[in-house]
Amino acid sequence: MRLRTMEHHLNEALRSIWRNGWLSFASVVTVALSLLILGSTTLMVLNVDNLAGTLESGVQMTVFLQNNTGTNQVQALNNQLRALPGVASVQFVSKDQALAQIRQNMGGQSELLSGLDQNNPLPDAFQVKAVNAADIPALAGQVEHMDGVDQVRYGQGVVEKLLTVTHWLRLGGLALMVLIGLSAIFLIATTIRVSVHARRYEIGIMKFLGATNWFVRSPFLLEGMALGAAGSLLAGVAVYLGYSYAVNAVEAALPFIKPVDDPVTLVAVVGGLLVLGVFIGATGSLFSLRRYLKV
Amino acid sequence: MIQFLNVSKQYPNGVKALNDVSITINRGDFVFLVGPSGAGKTTMTRLLLREELPTRGQVIFTGKNLSRMKGREVPYLRRKIGMVFQDFRLLPNHTVFENVAFALEVTGAPGRDIRRLVPQMLARVSMEGKKNNLPSQLSGGEQQRVCLARALVNNPLLIIADEPTGNLDPDTSWEIMKLLADINEKGTTILMATHAHEIVDTMKRRVVALDAGRMVRDEKGGGYGRAVENDGTPS
Repeated sequence: MRLRTMEHHLNEALRSIWRNGWLSFASVVTVALSLLILGSTTLMVLNVDNLAGTLESGVQMTVFLQNNTGTNQVQALNNQLRALPGVASVQFVSKDQALAQIRQNMGGQSELLSGLDQNNPLPDAFQVKAVNAADIPALAGQVEHMDGVDQVRYGQGVVEKLLTVTHWLRLGGLALMVLIGLSAIFLIATTIRVSVHARRYEIGIMKFLGATNWFVRSPFLLEGMALGAAGSLLAGVAVYLGYSYAVNAVEAALPFIKPVDDPVTLVAVVGGLLVLGVFIGATGSLFSLRRYLKV
Repeated sequence: MIQFLNVSKQYPNGVKALNDVSITINRGDFVFLVGPSGAGKTTMTRLLLREELPTRGQVIFTGKNLSRMKGREVPYLRRKIGMVFQDFRLLPNHTVFENVAFALEVTGAPGRDIRRLVPQMLARVSMEGKKNNLPSQLSGGEQQRVCLARALVNNPLLIIADEPTGNLDPDTSWEIMKLLADINEKGTTILMATHAHEIVDTMKRRVVALDAGRMVRDEKGGGYGRAVENDGTPS
């Protein structure tokens, strides 16, 4: 396409956006809203997935021992556990080690635990890993009945819950996004219809002068794409700033949770929003052009 | 150059606009299309621009059957046909120069051609002095000259003028007719639909008369015809 032609299309598109004023504004806001929801849902799902993945890869059972268990019995249990079929590794964690571990996880807030040094409430424990994470429940059932064992805990329930949360987040976010996305498309289609109507006289002239269909359509298509791009830009900026803020807040308040924070993922999400915004704009205008612009 | 072969056109609402019309127009012809409003003059124009397809029969333009023409070829057909209207159809917010340039821009012509051709065309219709005026600042005759320049700028084979003098006073009408005759002299075919008896009678060109969708007369060097029969008022 020639530069001069491109310039014509762009000028016409911008002029239309300006002329349609409030309608253009509403389209941009709707696109922004729909993409904001999509963006934040995506980031939330990414984080929950990440958390679930971390938990799943670390699925192991912790065998808490009764408080008065002696060294001999600990040794005996150690041997018994290692002898079980399907067990990959067994590690003894003394109550002191457990406290130190918690302290390390809490980082700057570890002084909260300072009173516990003399009177450590944590039990001794074994951490048992299975060859297959799926075997853990069965193993847990066997271990529970051994002498000196107080309680057996494993994280599978949590992992399952997390995955359910992810599932519903995905579904709810998707439904909401599709709904608002459709209204964005509809609003853009309306905006373009108004533009087509406002310029029908000029379109008639273009047609008898021998303008190709794409020459007639291009300014409207550009108008829709520009509206979509503007909306997605707003959404992108909001998602980026909002997420950076949320990551800082989470890291300050819940130090043991590590949010997804690598720049590549963030750029991919924001970039995806921009592409989608332009796509929504193009879809809306093409929808209108098919119906109202018989060229 | 143009052939209508037994062309009938019935619109979806049932109106029969043309009924078995056959006519041949050669390159360089100057044809007046006369008849009362609703006789089918506008339908012939629309068939030539391929805004409509004939219900029966064939419309041939430079050897091409327009019924078989693909949609994407239509713009290129229209670039070979210059249109002039009774109501001018200029872009109101564009200057005279821009209006003529628009016909070239629409075809994707380079800026070099636009800067060269537009002043030429404006000179040809004696409008070069008002190239920066808006249509609203021009008289009817001046606006029609701009339309002629716009119709000519793509160097068309055919100019279709749909009652080009309909909104003009007699003196101005004659100026436009002189321009059309001059354009025809240089080889462009002209098809002019009109109600103007005096012009048709004086110019002594080929006259094709339509009435209720039928061709009732095709006469070389003819007149408008009996005034009573053809004094059609807009319906």
